[in-house]
Amino acid sequence: MWLVVVVGSLGCYLIKLLGYVVPQDWLAGERCNRVNTLLPIALLSSLVVILTLSGSSGPLLDARLAGVAVAAVLLVLRAPFLVVVVAAAATAALLRLVVG
Amino acid sequence: MASINTQAVTIGVATGAYGISFGALAVGAGFSWFQAMTFSILMFTGASQFAAIAIVAAGGAPVAAVLTSWLLGIRNGLYAVSLSQRLNPKGWLLPVTAQLTIDESTATAISHEEPDNSRPLQQAFYRTGIAVFLFWNVGTLVGALGVNAVGDPSDWGLDAAAPAALLALLWPRLSDRTARVTALWAVAVALVTTPLLPPGMPVLASALVALFIGLRRPSCG
Repeated sequence: MWLVVVVGSLGCYLIKLLGYVVPQDWLAGERCNRVNTLLPIALLSSLVVILTLSGSSGPLLDARLAGVAVAAVLLVLRAPFLVVVVAAAATAALLRLVVG
Repeated sequence: MASINTQAVTIGVATGAYGISFGALAVGAGFSWFQAMTFSILMFTGASQFAAIAIVAAGGAPVAAVLTSWLLGIRNGLYAVSLSQRLNPKGWLLPVTAQLTIDESTATAISHEEPDNSRPLQQAFYRTGIAVFLFWNVGTLVGALGVNAVGDPSDWGLDAAAPAALLALLWPRLSDRTARVTALWAVAVALVTTPLLPPGMPVLASALVALFIGLRRPSCG
C-alpha cells in the first residue's frame, strides 16, 4: 500500500516540477508562446467535456449535461462566477431529486 | 480581486466535498487514514488519487495503480510548462508552485491572464491552489475518519459544478478566435478518443491540438 502512495505521489510531483525546470530559452519565441497559451485551453476544454459526459462504461447523458447547459446559458448572459456554478449544481441536484 | 477570492473559495469548497469522498473511498479500499492524508498532501491531484485507489480497491496490481496515477498526472506537467514563464517561481517558491499546479489553479490563472501584466494570473493561481489544497486535505481527513457529513457529492450536483466552474473560467479566454477554434477541436478530439483510449489519454490527445494550431502559422520563434 505504501508503495502505491509514495511512488505514485513522487512521480506525480516530479512531473509537475519537471514542467518548471524546462529551460526558459526553449520556451522563448512567438510560436512557443502561442502553444503555451493554447495548451491549457485545449486540455481544460476537453476536461470539461469528459467531466460532463463520461460514465463508468462509455459516454453517459445525465443531469450533469443539464447543469453544464444551464451554466453555458448563464455565461452567455454574463452571470457572475458564483451564480453560474451554483445554478449548475442546483440544476443537476434538482433534476435528480425530481426524476430520481 | 474579490472575484479571484470568490472563485478560489467556491472551487475550494467544491473540491473539499470530493476530498471527503476520497478519504472515505481510500479507507474503503484498505488504506489507513494516514495513507489517505499522505496521498492528498504529497500527490495532490484528484484524478490520479481517485484512479489509484479505484485500481487497488478492484484488486489491481500496485504497479498499475502507480502508472495510472502518473499518466493522469502528466497534464499537470503540461500546465507547468505553459505557466512557467508567467509564474517564474524561484527559490522556495518553486517546489510549492509545482505542487499547486493542478486543473483548478491553472484554469483560474488563465482566466485572469492579462497582456504584459502577470500579477492577476499569479494571484489567481496561488489563491486557488492554496484554497484547494486546504479544503482538499481537510476533506480527506474528515472522510478518512469516517465522518461522511455530505453524502455523495453528486447528490448536491457537484459533479455538474466541477465542469461548469472550469467552463466559466475558460469563458473569458474564448473571446479570442484562435482559442475558440482550439477549444472546439480539443472537444472533438476528446469526444472521438474517449471510447478508444484509457482514462487520462483523451485529455492528453487534445494537447496535440494546441501544438498543431500553435505551431502551424510560421513566424519568428
